[in-house]
Amino acid sequence: MPTTRRQFLSLAGSVTVAGTIPIVTLRPLEATPAMLNPAIRNVVGEAQIRTGKVKLDIPPLVENGNTVPMTVSVASPMTANDYVKSIHIFNEKNPQPNIGNFYLGPSSGRAQVSTRIRLADTQKVVAIARLSDDTFWQVAADIVVTLAACTEEMN
Amino acid sequence: MAALINVPSKARRGDTIEIRTLTSHIMETGFRHTADGTLVPRDIITSFTCRYNGTEIFRADLFPAIAANPYLSFFTVAKESGKLEFEWIGDNGYSSTASASITVE
Repeated sequence: MPTTRRQFLSLAGSVTVAGTIPIVTLRPLEATPAMLNPAIRNVVGEAQIRTGKVKLDIPPLVENGNTVPMTVSVASPMTANDYVKSIHIFNEKNPQPNIGNFYLGPSSGRAQVSTRIRLADTQKVVAIARLSDDTFWQVAADIVVTLAACTEEMN
Repeated sequence: MAALINVPSKARRGDTIEIRTLTSHIMETGFRHTADGTLVPRDIITSFTCRYNGTEIFRADLFPAIAANPYLSFFTVAKESGKLEFEWIGDNGYSSTASASITVE
């Protein structure tokens, strides 16, 4: 039986979908390029960093790395004894590993910060939260960037 | 410089409110070159502070990886009526302030 147009399209569609899935899934943390780890240790010190509690909302695929919306939130009751002290955002492949440090307190009410960032390449973004008991929690997200930011020529 | 501040004008005591700020700034990374190869010097906002009736409630260190015209959104608990003051500090002596008032019932 010759392949109908409908069969061909449904097959092609499923291949495309299967091909994009690995891009949007959060991969477990792996070894990171040279600059990222020292930058993280600079903030965290020798403390252990655990995975969890932190949520990073960022598009998995961006066309323009010049302005990428990003929201970080931390699961915390934000009471006087249990709150988020600070949130630190890092990247893997920009010319500089830091993106931003945000300092909160018990009066923040909700541990959530949004901003817009630049990404120079397809890479991983890491968010680390420091809680009031001085434990550190992290999450990482992979982002595919089609137009890079930061280093392009000025016109 | 121009800044856009979004704070609810009224809130109930104890409510968690969202504060959104946007200021105009080039945020030149210091990593870009002109067509003839000279490096464009860095010119960014390095620090943002928000004070609620004089008490610091939110602070941020910004780096070149923050997009131009920095946007920041964060939360605070509405405790009392008064004033929210915002301050941006940056390279080359850049400084900019804005404020908003809130009525807490």
